[in-house]
Order: sequence, then structure tokens, then C-alpha cells
Amino acid sequence: MSVQDVAVLSPRARRRRRIRRRLLRRPLAVAGLVVALVFVVVAIFAPVIAPYDPGRSDFSAPLAGPSAEHLFGTDELGRDIFSRVVWGARASIQAGVLSTLLAMAFAVPIGLVAGYYRGWLDPVVARMTDVMLAFPFLILAVGLAAVLGPSLTNATIALAFAAVPVLIRVTRGETLALREEDYVRAAVANGASDTTILARHILPNMAGTLIVQATVWIPTAIIGEALLSFLGLGVQPPTPSWGVMLSAAQPFIDQAPRLVIFPGLAIFLATLSFNLLGDGLRDVLDPRTQT
Amino acid sequence: MALLEVSDLSVRFVTDDGPVQAVDRVSWTLDERQVLAIVGESGCGKSVTAMSILRLLPGTATVSGTARFDGRDLIAAREGELRAVRGRAISFVFQEPMTSLNPALTIGRQIGEVLRRHLGMSGAQARDRTIELLDLVGIPAPARRVGEYPHQLSGGMRQRVMIAMALACDPKVLIADEPTTALDVTIQAGILDLLRDVRERLGTAIVLITHDLGVVADIADRFVVMYAGRKVEEAPVHELFAHPQHPYTVGLLAAIPRPANGDGGGRRRLQEIPGIVPSLPEPPRACTFAPRCPRADDRSRSEEPSLREVRPDHLVACFHPGEEPWPEGWRP
Repeated sequence: MSVQDVAVLSPRARRRRRIRRRLLRRPLAVAGLVVALVFVVVAIFAPVIAPYDPGRSDFSAPLAGPSAEHLFGTDELGRDIFSRVVWGARASIQAGVLSTLLAMAFAVPIGLVAGYYRGWLDPVVARMTDVMLAFPFLILAVGLAAVLGPSLTNATIALAFAAVPVLIRVTRGETLALREEDYVRAAVANGASDTTILARHILPNMAGTLIVQATVWIPTAIIGEALLSFLGLGVQPPTPSWGVMLSAAQPFIDQAPRLVIFPGLAIFLATLSFNLLGDGLRDVLDPRTQT
Repeated sequence: MALLEVSDLSVRFVTDDGPVQAVDRVSWTLDERQVLAIVGESGCGKSVTAMSILRLLPGTATVSGTARFDGRDLIAAREGELRAVRGRAISFVFQEPMTSLNPALTIGRQIGEVLRRHLGMSGAQARDRTIELLDLVGIPAPARRVGEYPHQLSGGMRQRVMIAMALACDPKVLIADEPTTALDVTIQAGILDLLRDVRERLGTAIVLITHDLGVVADIADRFVVMYAGRKVEEAPVHELFAHPQHPYTVGLLAAIPRPANGDGGGRRRLQEIPGIVPSLPEPPRACTFAPRCPRADDRSRSEEPSLREVRPDHLVACFHPGEEPWPEGWRP
């Protein structure tokens, strides 16, 4: 891009360019971004990418090894493992992304209001999140999923609920810090209403933090979904999910370790990629680390 | 005619270390087109006085007294009424231009937000008016600057943006709290020229809060000198500089650096005022300046001096007013 091109870009576009350049200078973050995007694409286009129906059994070849026909081999019922891993990405990405979005939709307004208005609401919210945080994340999710009943939707809700206290705490903390900023004071002096201050002056300035939080929560929720499905509290067989596959493969670990390896590898790669991306974004978006 | 009339304004803070009387029964009036300078060291209650008028202080502050503006008392007004005054009829410019602009929004959006809120302008109208305002405050290439973020502007430019935002709705009163303190000396002069220009062209009355008498001497019409939350002296600018009466004012004037002039004045040692401004839990029944004052006597330490007119239109709260300079090397 020539010098002239840079000069005519709008400031917003220039800022985006700067962030992009800073991100692209980190190889691990780029690797994370690429792999995470691959998983998202695979999840969206699973029906196109998977060579077989994930539920179709080929009884002539159960527990077959990898071949040109079946890339990752087949499982105990003769189903194509590659197709099942591809379809499993759907459940995982859906649980990861949707539960994070759902949790944000709940936690961000509560954190904003509690942190901005303080009053009696703030200590109540803070103590309630403390109580919820006293339970380990997965225990909370497992308990909720057990109450709600096993299904992917309920697993997503349970994971979202378990993420809410952490996100409330982050949002509230950021709000407490940002409300003391000079520009918030200046906005009050200019007659801004509370809604304007929250929506235009406080929320945009914590966007970076929230984006980083989201990318850190998605892999946690992916592991959570795998765990719930493994325990039979999430996706139900025969619907493919990495957790379901791991669970079903247990009796066959000796004969066909690939039944565990491929879904395990998928979980590993998906969570690692989102975590690397999150770390990279934190370095780039957090103003405190900016040089 | 009095535009803004502050009377008997007191502000108390409840802090972890007990109560603090930040402002103690301060009164002054601001006339139309007037530039009123409120001066004093840091911690004298200048900013607190100004902020209490628009009730911008945190909840730990208790404000009493009145601030009459446009027929109503702002101290007693409801929050909704105040919101309509803030940024519309009375605007504020803060000390820190580097942090007083929202880093996530373009300056055009920030100024536009004020216009849309108070004047109900559309997005396009607000944009045009914003460019006009940026031009008015002397920002070059305003049509391009309008889309820039605060971090792309220098400190002086940001202060101009803050002033543009404060002037957006053509306010009657502009309160500027140390508007030049955070800036380089050369930039300071530009900002002061701009404020003078604003008064000339728009007729805006200005309350200028500063600790630097020298800087505002040629822009202000009238001075209010504050010490430890009290008004200790008030006079028109020429009167105050020619005949300062309160020992604190005399001390402040002696602390202004002045280049030696050719008429044999020669080099002069800068005078300091020994000691610091006290933070008072209760207003004492004495002169608050007594511990630092070379003229203090038993009466200063046991009785509160009230304001009296010692010369025409010149108020001072001191038992021993006078222009004599501070004794060389005096220590309390």
C-alpha cells in the first residue's frame, strides 16, 4: 500500500490497520487465529465437508484403520470418524460461542449498572458473584446441566450461566475504573445522562477487555461442552460431539486408540487456537501493554 | 447585571480521615461578559467551588448556600434540571486535556453528542456545526480533524477541542478550571488568547480558576483570592495588582517571576510563601492564614476577620491589610 493510500484512510480504518499489523506481528496469535477460523468454517460447512453421514454405519468395516476411504478410520459401529469429528465441531463451536455470547448478554449490563451506580446494588451483586465463584466452573456447569436435563441447548445454557459471575466481575471492575476517568466527568459536566455515559463513554472503552474475555471463554466452554457430553449431560448419542466420541470410545482404547486420539486432538487444537488468539488480542487491545 | 450569583457557599467532605471543610461561606457574582479569576494555591477550594455550582462533586460532599443562575438556585435544583444546564447554559473546561476526551470516540462524535443532546441537531447539522466550532477555536483543517481520535491530537489541540465542546451550545457562562496548567508555556498563551477572543466575540462570561496570577492578569476583569476555603480578597484586576491588601495576595504577587525592567528595578529574588495550605476539619474561629503570616497577632489567631471594604470596590478579610512586601527571609 502506498503512502498516499495510507493518508486517505479514515482514522477508524487506520486504527484497525494498526491493530491488525500489531496482531500479525505475533506468529502464535496468527496461528491461533487461522486454526480457530478453520474450526469455525468447518462447523458452519460441516454437511459439505464431511464425506459421510456421521450417523451412517458401515457394518462391513467396524474399527477399520485409516484409509483413503475413511481418512481417520471407522468406529465400533463402522461410522466414519473424520465425518464425526467434523460434525462434532458444530456442537463444540456452538456451545463455545453461543454460551459466551449469552453470558455476555447477561453479565455486561449487570456489571455496568452495579459498577456505575454502586449504592446497595453493588455489594449485593459483588457478594452473589463471589458465592457463585466459590463453586468451580465445571462443577457449576455439571450441576446445572443435570438439573436442566441433557441436551446441547441446556449444556449451552449451563455453561453460559457458569460464565456469568466471572464476566460480571470483569465488567464491574472495568466500570469502577472507567467511571473515575476524566472524560466521564467531562461528559457529566456536559449534561450527559447516565445511559449516554454508560453506552457511549464506558462500554466502548472496555470493548477490548470484553473481546479478550470472550476469546478466553470460548475454549473453556468448548472443554465444558466436551466434558458434559462425555458425562452424558450434553449432546446425546448418536449425535456426534467430541465428548460423546471420547465417551463411546472408552472400551476400545486398547484396540483402536485413534478413536480417542482424533476427537481429543480436535478438542486440544480448538481450545489451544482460541487461547493463543485471546493472548494475542490481549497484548494488542489492552492499552496498558501498548508501547 | 449579575449572571451568576454565588452566596454563602460551603462544601464539606466526609473522608476516611474525618470531615474536611473545603469551602467556607464563599460569595461572589459574575456579571455578563465578565472574566472572573479565582486564584489561590492548590487545595484552596477553587475547583471545589466551581464544581459545586454544577453539582459535579462526589456523594461524599455536602454543599450548602446558593448559586443563583437565571432565576433559580442550582444547588437546590433537581438532577434533571441541572442536566439541562450543564453543557448548555454553563459549560466546564477541565484541567487535563490529555484525559478529558474519550479515547474511543472521534472528536467529531464527542462534540456532536453535546449538540444533539442539547440542541436536538441531526447528525449532519451537528457535523457542520462541529467543523465551525473547531474552526472558531483555531484548529487547522477542521473538516479533516473532525474525524480524528484524541490520541492523534497534541495537548494544546485537545484543550482547544475541549473549549470547542464547551462552547458548542453557546453557553452564557464558561468555567475553566486551570485550563492551561497542563500545557507548555507557548501553548498556554494561545489558549488564553482564545478565551479572550471567546469573550470578545461571543460575549461569554468566564470563570477562570488558576493558581497563576501572572498568567491571567491581562485577561481577567476581577479577581477573587481564596485561601483554605475562604475568600480573603476581591478586587478589580488593576486595583488588586496596584494595591494588594491581604498578606496572602501580597505573597502570591511576590511569587510571580518578572523580568527585570530597564528603570533600575534590577534583579529581584522570587519570594515564596513559607508553609502549606492547611486542610481544616472545622472552620476555625481565627484567620486561616495566621500560621503562615508575618503580620499575624493574637487577634488573628483568636478571631475570624470578616470581609470589609478597605478601598473602593476592594474587599479584604484581614485585620492588618496593607501593601507592604513580605519581610526578607521570614519564617513562621
